[in-house]
Amino acid sequence: METLIDFVLLSFLVFTALAVAKMHDLFAVVMLSGIYSLLSASLFFDLDAVDVAFTEASVGAGISTLLMLASLKLVGRYERRTRYRPMLALGVVLATGTLLIYGTLDMPHFGSAEAPVHQHVAPRYLHDSMDEVGVPNVVTSVLASYRGYDTLGETLVIFTAGIGVISLLRVSRRTKKEEKKRVPADMQQQIILRVVVKWLLPLILIFALYVQFHGDYGPGGGFQAGVIFAAGIILYTMLFGLSNASRAYKPELLELLSAFGVLLYAGVGLVCMVLGGNFLDYNVLRHDPVHGQHLGILLVELGVGITVASVMITIFFKFTWRTVKHKYIKSR
Amino acid sequence: MNILGLYNYWIVVVLMMIGFYVVIAHENLIKKLVGLSIFQTSVFFFYISMGKISGATAPILDDKYQLYSNPLPHVLILTAIVVGIATTAMGLALVVRIQEAYGSIEEHEIQAQDTQDQMESQLEAYGFRKKHLLSIKNLDE
Repeated sequence: METLIDFVLLSFLVFTALAVAKMHDLFAVVMLSGIYSLLSASLFFDLDAVDVAFTEASVGAGISTLLMLASLKLVGRYERRTRYRPMLALGVVLATGTLLIYGTLDMPHFGSAEAPVHQHVAPRYLHDSMDEVGVPNVVTSVLASYRGYDTLGETLVIFTAGIGVISLLRVSRRTKKEEKKRVPADMQQQIILRVVVKWLLPLILIFALYVQFHGDYGPGGGFQAGVIFAAGIILYTMLFGLSNASRAYKPELLELLSAFGVLLYAGVGLVCMVLGGNFLDYNVLRHDPVHGQHLGILLVELGVGITVASVMITIFFKFTWRTVKHKYIKSR
Repeated sequence: MNILGLYNYWIVVVLMMIGFYVVIAHENLIKKLVGLSIFQTSVFFFYISMGKISGATAPILDDKYQLYSNPLPHVLILTAIVVGIATTAMGLALVVRIQEAYGSIEEHEIQAQDTQDQMESQLEAYGFRKKHLLSIKNLDE
């Protein structure tokens, strides 16, 4: 049954990707890429990667589509037709594809338990992580403890991308003043949506916190929680206007928080060193190594969650400010 | 089962090549970014497919289950997805700035403008006044 679903989903994915390549209306392309992400999330779930499915559903189908739409508003909806015939590109792609398919012929078959990838560190994670880390979700214990150094790097990359977007899309004071004058928000008329969102928002935020702190026992963790939290606030921003949202979630505070998350993560590592362990070796945080691991993972995941959420909100704010600026320039 | 054992990997290759084609054959920068994300997700499928064991369950430990899929690819891809959206946002911000600077996000139009600028500055270096400059358009005519 699993294999059947796998085949069907993969075929859907190919058709969606072909449609993306074919279409010239970028709005349709972005919508199709949202569908593509949702299909990917289902496929990840089918392949037992529940944490990954969770992340892809919230990131790919949610935030990514939204950011693409925001930039479409800034750059225009239609793609021009290419002037030359893309035969050379097709040739390169076909040659590379053939070589890659030839490369797969030696690979162990899908689903085989004897594949080399399952022989080295994976058995150790599965057998010993309960005694060493004491967290049922092996993905969380590998992410935050065994490979904590790696995750610190990933968090830093997200932080850096946030800084990049902030410096590329700066907001002038004049734009901010213009936005305040523009009394009716675009969505002012949507009374049903506004009422529903008022009810929904606390639930989304509580769900995000649940995902954050339940990540040790089920699918979830800092990355997913951060994105869900950001999605809730983005929903609020879309319906109640940018200046209202900026008053509740101050951009300066968000920028500080995104740095704070990374510092919290690295700080836990430094505290471990001060207490006599290695960098990010949580065993020394408490008298009992397993309790130390629990505390360490909790703090580290919190740092990840704070950084991801504040970077995502900041990026969305910056893109939306840009659309406001363009509207102002056009109307002048 | 023997023929179908590599089906996942072949589809991964097909998706990757579709993404690759969109990146190299299309001129629109937004379209290129969508192609790049298709390319990226195909790598995700590759990792996750390798981690799957038939008949196994998700790697959340419980006494009722003995066989779990490999958790390591899941960890790598989970962080890669979030990093992917952060870098895509960065790319989109660059596209927005390119649109503001050039008034277009089609590759050949941007290149034409760059060549024009280069020519103008070279002519200026040879002592031509800016207002007497020949533009590419004039040369064509």
